[in-house]
Amino acid sequence: MDILVENLTKKYGIQKAVDDITFKVKTGEVLGFLGPNGAGKTTTMKAITCYLAPNEGNIKVGGYSIKDDPEKVKQLIGYLPEHNPLYEDMGVIDYLKFVAELHNIPKSNIKERIVEMVKICGLEGEKHKKISELSKGYQQRVGLAQALIHDPEVLILDEPTSGLDPNQIVEIRELIRKIGQKKTVILSSHILAEVEATCDRIMIISKGKIVADGSSDQLRKQAQGKEILKISIEGADKNEVYTALNELDSVAYVDFISKSSSSFEVQSRPEMTSKRAVFQLCVDKGWYLTELTPTETKLEDVFRELTMN
Amino acid sequence: MRQIWIITKRELRSFFDSLMAYIMIVLFLGFSGFFTWLSGSDIFFVGQASLQTFFGVSFWTLFFFIPALTMKLLAEENKTGTIELLLTKPVSDWQVIVAKFLATFLLILITLLLTLPYYITVANIGPVDHGAVIMGYLGLLLMSAAYISIGLFASSITSNQIVAFLLSLAIGILFHLIFGFISNVFSGIAGEVLSYLSMAEHFSSISRGVVDSKDIVYFLSVILLGLFASEAILAKRNTI
Repeated sequence: MDILVENLTKKYGIQKAVDDITFKVKTGEVLGFLGPNGAGKTTTMKAITCYLAPNEGNIKVGGYSIKDDPEKVKQLIGYLPEHNPLYEDMGVIDYLKFVAELHNIPKSNIKERIVEMVKICGLEGEKHKKISELSKGYQQRVGLAQALIHDPEVLILDEPTSGLDPNQIVEIRELIRKIGQKKTVILSSHILAEVEATCDRIMIISKGKIVADGSSDQLRKQAQGKEILKISIEGADKNEVYTALNELDSVAYVDFISKSSSSFEVQSRPEMTSKRAVFQLCVDKGWYLTELTPTETKLEDVFRELTMN
Repeated sequence: MRQIWIITKRELRSFFDSLMAYIMIVLFLGFSGFFTWLSGSDIFFVGQASLQTFFGVSFWTLFFFIPALTMKLLAEENKTGTIELLLTKPVSDWQVIVAKFLATFLLILITLLLTLPYYITVANIGPVDHGAVIMGYLGLLLMSAAYISIGLFASSITSNQIVAFLLSLAIGILFHLIFGFISNVFSGIAGEVLSYLSMAEHFSSISRGVVDSKDIVYFLSVILLGLFASEAILAKRNTI
């Protein structure tokens, strides 16, 4: 089921939390929202789930508009809000039953669905407790269980792994991946590794605008542009090496990494690589090339670069 | 309708789970029983087979108890954020409001049903005006509904239960006492309007056994106004 967000704008007073963003998410896609705090991730999610009405623009989920058929849209979506609010005075089973009823699951199926959710979310040992008695991690699982109970076509998770221990995080990620094969999933996080591990597609939002959109590899490439190499050469005077490197056609910029050793950071010209030229240079001059490492642009760097200014 | 009933059931159960309902029932039966049968101008003192004393006492006890029941209805959901959870399920704002109103109303209904033994006892003591008793109960129910609606509104505008409680008492006291008091001071149209706004006026006219469409319209308007205002506040999240 596709989600279509068209020119979405949401203002809080005069401040634009989300500023004219448009994107589409296809079935079987896991989209990760990244962005600094207050970038508009949560607001966008709240708009898709019909909690907040946008000031401008429209959102369609499976062809239904959030303006004309909010009830139908809500029925299609499983939503785990930020901070995972729950009716803490209720028991786990009672709570899941309540949500199942609200989602119009036929009475005969409710029990079966609850049993399945308890199994999937690992709540077996805790199911007879009150929600307020559960630890944060288990509460998070209850939150996930209520989002999944009606087998939704679209799953929207606002920071789904917050408060979980590392084992649980791995489990939840696997679960999201599995669900993501057939369903449409949008999740938000500010843990970059998590988004990289779970999502097919990453969207970075900053100040209410989309600043990057693509797979993690694409984003890296986009930010990389220029190749950066770390090179160490022995068997020659470092100033001589410095000059020789500078004279290579493909090299844009050379810098000493430290004053004592002959290590350099070499930046190539756009769309060019200097690896072969550097190697050839060493062969010609009879120098020893002891290190040649391409520096990878990390997703953290991409994120910082895109959201800082 | 189904959705409303599902939420109503949950709210009603939450009243009983949190002991609120039991405390309310015990206190209400205690107060009304004490003043109806044991103390002051009780039935034996008056010497008439009528429930007027009971209705008079309930008129006040309900006024104080209802804000205690309604204060958490929306304030708690605002505070814990569960309102977001609820409204992203396939239910509308209006259904949530009505369901919460209905749950509290049903609790009051249950409480009042538990006072039926008073009626049966009185009916066995002497000739009772059945019409007046039925109308008295109707009056209590309408008045309760009006205060629930006001309480719900008070609860919708805050995430602090104490604020909700005090605010609904403050709005309630206007209808309960103050409009009646001031209406005596003013003459002419102002006086009439104020006396029309007074809850006591309408309650006493109904519990005397007289049904006037004027009274029914009054109660229904207060109820609907409260519900619509609560819904408007709930929808206000969109315009901030």
